[in-house]
Amino acid sequence: MIANVGYFSLVLAFLVALYGAIAAVYGERSGRSRYIESARHAMLLTWPLVTVSALAIIWLLVNGQYQIRYVASVTSNSMPAYLKITALWGGQAGSLVFWSWLMAAFASAVGLRKWRRDRDLLPWVVVVTMVTLAFFLGLVIFVGNENPFARLWLSPEGQQVTALFQPRGATPLVPPDGQGLNPLLRHPGMIIHPPTLYLGFVAFVVPYAFAIAALVTGRTDDRWIRITRRWTLVAWLFLSLGLILGGRWAYDVLGWGGYWGWDPVEIAALMPWLTGTAFLHSVMVQEKKGMLKRWNMILIILTYALVIFGTFLTRSGVLSSVHAFAQSAIGPLFFAFIGATFIGSLSLLVKRWDDLKAENQLGSLISREALFLFNNLLFMGILVVCFWGVIFPLISELFTGQKVTVGPPFYERANSPLGLGLLLLMAIAPLSVFGRTSWKLLGKALWKPLALSLLVPIFSILRGTTNLGALIGYWVISLITLVTLYEFWRGALARRQRHGESFPAALWKLTSRNRRRYGGYVIHLGVVLMTLGIIGIEIFQAETQGTLAQGEQLTLDRYTMIYDSLSQFDTQDGRNVTRAVVSVYRDGKYVGELYPRKDFYYASQQPMTIPGVRSTLEDDFYVLLVGWESIGLGGATFKVFHNPLVNFLWIGGLVFILGTMVAAWPARESESVLKFARKRAATARS
Amino acid sequence: MRKITLTLSMMISILALLTLPGAVAAQGGEPTDDEVNEIAKELYCPVCENVPLDVCPTLACEQWREIIRQKLSEGWTEDQIKQYFVEQYGDRVLATPPARGLNWLVYILPPLAFVVGAYILFRAIRGWRQPAMAEESFPPTAPEDPYIARLEEELQKRDR
Repeated sequence: MIANVGYFSLVLAFLVALYGAIAAVYGERSGRSRYIESARHAMLLTWPLVTVSALAIIWLLVNGQYQIRYVASVTSNSMPAYLKITALWGGQAGSLVFWSWLMAAFASAVGLRKWRRDRDLLPWVVVVTMVTLAFFLGLVIFVGNENPFARLWLSPEGQQVTALFQPRGATPLVPPDGQGLNPLLRHPGMIIHPPTLYLGFVAFVVPYAFAIAALVTGRTDDRWIRITRRWTLVAWLFLSLGLILGGRWAYDVLGWGGYWGWDPVEIAALMPWLTGTAFLHSVMVQEKKGMLKRWNMILIILTYALVIFGTFLTRSGVLSSVHAFAQSAIGPLFFAFIGATFIGSLSLLVKRWDDLKAENQLGSLISREALFLFNNLLFMGILVVCFWGVIFPLISELFTGQKVTVGPPFYERANSPLGLGLLLLMAIAPLSVFGRTSWKLLGKALWKPLALSLLVPIFSILRGTTNLGALIGYWVISLITLVTLYEFWRGALARRQRHGESFPAALWKLTSRNRRRYGGYVIHLGVVLMTLGIIGIEIFQAETQGTLAQGEQLTLDRYTMIYDSLSQFDTQDGRNVTRAVVSVYRDGKYVGELYPRKDFYYASQQPMTIPGVRSTLEDDFYVLLVGWESIGLGGATFKVFHNPLVNFLWIGGLVFILGTMVAAWPARESESVLKFARKRAATARS
Repeated sequence: MRKITLTLSMMISILALLTLPGAVAAQGGEPTDDEVNEIAKELYCPVCENVPLDVCPTLACEQWREIIRQKLSEGWTEDQIKQYFVEQYGDRVLATPPARGLNWLVYILPPLAFVVGAYILFRAIRGWRQPAMAEESFPPTAPEDPYIARLEEELQKRDR
């Protein structure tokens, strides 16, 4: 019953979304605004409809309705209730509904904004969001495998069939227990990681919708960028948070001592982030100088295509081979949709190409706008590397029949110089100015922080660091830090002189009245800290592995661990746990016990390796239990990592998110700004 | 199906290895786990996609590591061992495709795209700048926020 309600509601949402798109086009073309208003109402209605559907799935999951195939495949009796709820996005069918639900929520939120000034954009925003929503709902409804409400039946011939409604002669098949959620996904990080990533994905549809609306209506000003500024920042905030959480989850759960493995699924989430980040920077040039109008369009179109591509990749392993792709029901559909929207958007852009001419000239090669362009070039470079690395195995298989692996060494080698270039820009750009500028002016601003920053690598050499990569890294991040702090300092100083405020008050006012700029700088500081963590792992990580008898020890860098004991037991939730106890000594001093363990999930027959980690600001000592002989008597094999500085990665991630929140926080526009805006609008009209 | 055949062929080859009559006596002593992992780190088994062999927890990968250990103790070099796996399972066991044939594209396309991108960018910049040179009166940019304008002004004054 509940399943039928959920399914019906989903079908209704699909029809309403289609109606919204059609009514919007009709209303706009025929000039009947009633239809446009009706389309807006349809957009608002999709959210409650998909909500009903999502709630129905949650109800089925929590109540263990195992006749529903999706419920049987992602939950089991032993799972706690909160995991049963999160199982909504634990499998492909459920996560497509979840994606649609978020999309509908964002569409409704957009529908509720004040449209008075931008009435002309409304119909096209409705079309883009509703077509996107209809596509995802259509996948769930029409592609057999993706329907989360399909039930299991036993045909008269004794075969198991999956169908929504009872096939003729079949009897309901109700398994006593489900298979349970993939153990990898039973981690707090995994509970919030997919929703945040999806939020980021979905929110990027909004700026895309406005961009398309601007293209169709032929508005060449930067209105669409101004309207969607906060949407874009929110999208970017969630995407960044999703990536950081994913890294943390990998570090805690995947048991390979790292946080990022250049897996296609990770790259799928990174790619829209890359274009989104380039977009965030280059829109500032359009707002300030009326330049890069075409480029910003290209960036947001690319971001949208990559969002859809990413959604597709993260939930299905179908890109792993040509065969898997051809056999999957949704692969070709996804590609048709991405192709159609991409080509459609580009042809719109071509149509408006001449209208989107730059209003201004480039000041100088080292002006702020030129540096933003270099920033974009580097981000695009990283994007090409990532995209090519993900796609190439398929191309190779298609043309030569040979499968190849494009693994981390490829990405690391190709992306490191590009990343270094971005860091250098981050150090220089804040000191540059828009418009005309000269090397002399830049040099004057730069030389002091430059000289100071060189002290850091020199000091490191004296302390015994000889690794060139690390020294360059230390130098660049100290330069960024100095330049960024200098920006805060001189801004606050200028305010203090002008308004006679105390320094902290000036700093506060400065930031709160220029949220985007200074929030951006806080993000840069976050990147600095994260880079420090990355240097720690990429350059200074050490590892060793050994098989120990009880009482024996293993030494790595300054750490020594002694294998004390091993125990093995079953748990209530269907796991068999093998847990080792090791004592850890640092510089010969006892610092505590760690409990690396291996969980074996009976239902899914999957092992999980949970590390024992001693974490300090300076470093992590990370112990994995790899294997063991018969209990108690024989030895156990441990893999041990020493990860210096890794915690700066997580601290930097927090600072990064904090900075994004500062930048995205709604600012109360002051009276003078409003007056100014009104005056500007008035002159623009006349 | 393909995965099953692969796993099967792997298991058969492992069995064949284990039953080799009189495995050659160790030449450089028993190799340590670290020596094994050093090589395993750069290999990928065809079944566990994207998980390097040194950290892969599956049984099949454990057996691969045993093969590496055995080969090492027989005095094989790292390259010989990698070559052995390539011959058995194809290029996909390597972390990056060997640079030959179509695979060259992996390494050539990204830098090429970057150079093309840089070229387009520089041409665009030149195109933007030329009219600027011709035009004497450069229009001052008007920041949208008068407060920012004031701040910029202040900052420039201070810097002078």
